[in-house]
Amino acid sequence: MAEIKVDVRGETCPVPLVEMRKALRRAAPGDLIEILGTHPASKKEIPMAVEALQLELVAVEGTDTDWVIRIRR
Amino acid sequence: MTEKATIVVQSGDMDKLYSALIIANGALAMGMEASLYFTFWGLERLKKGGLEKGTLSKMHLLGLGKWMVRRRMAKARVASLERLITDFKALGGKILACEMTMEIMGIKREDLREDWIDEYGAVGSYIKDARESAITLFI
Repeated sequence: MAEIKVDVRGETCPVPLVEMRKALRRAAPGDLIEILGTHPASKKEIPMAVEALQLELVAVEGTDTDWVIRIRR
Repeated sequence: MTEKATIVVQSGDMDKLYSALIIANGALAMGMEASLYFTFWGLERLKKGGLEKGTLSKMHLLGLGKWMVRRRMAKARVASLERLITDFKALGGKILACEMTMEIMGIKREDLREDWIDEYGAVGSYIKDARESAITLFI
């Protein structure tokens, strides 16, 4: 199983969500996607998207302005 | 069935095109299908070289307002319209051009970014999509 890293630090709406979705499209089932970001709203909204896409939210760590989110496809 | 978002882009204003593309990209990112129907002044933005040419809907001030807003957007690292439309297409978003607008404004297919456009249609195509959409907007 592969691990895909997405670095959207410094990026603002809607780039973190869009880059997450692009990474998910590249990923195979079971792959882990790790997203690094600094945009506060995206820390809340990426988990909302994960729920909508019916995927597994593995971890949400860090502060609102410096966070890591891990998703399993 | 996948939920859909269907947006009419009637305005050619820069700020409104941002709204339309950001919402449409958000819908795709959150697992929906998304279609943008470009009509009237919106269609002007699909002309070759026309994407970034829109004025601000308020406080344009002969271009000064737009220049200031663009500077602030660059500082906040807001994505360009070109990037947003490229991402929209990469995530499977659909773009439709209104044929009646093309006729009225004398726009030919070769005047437009044909590489972005999936379909040339009329109101029937919009209604067909909109009636089965969870989100419909007119911008």
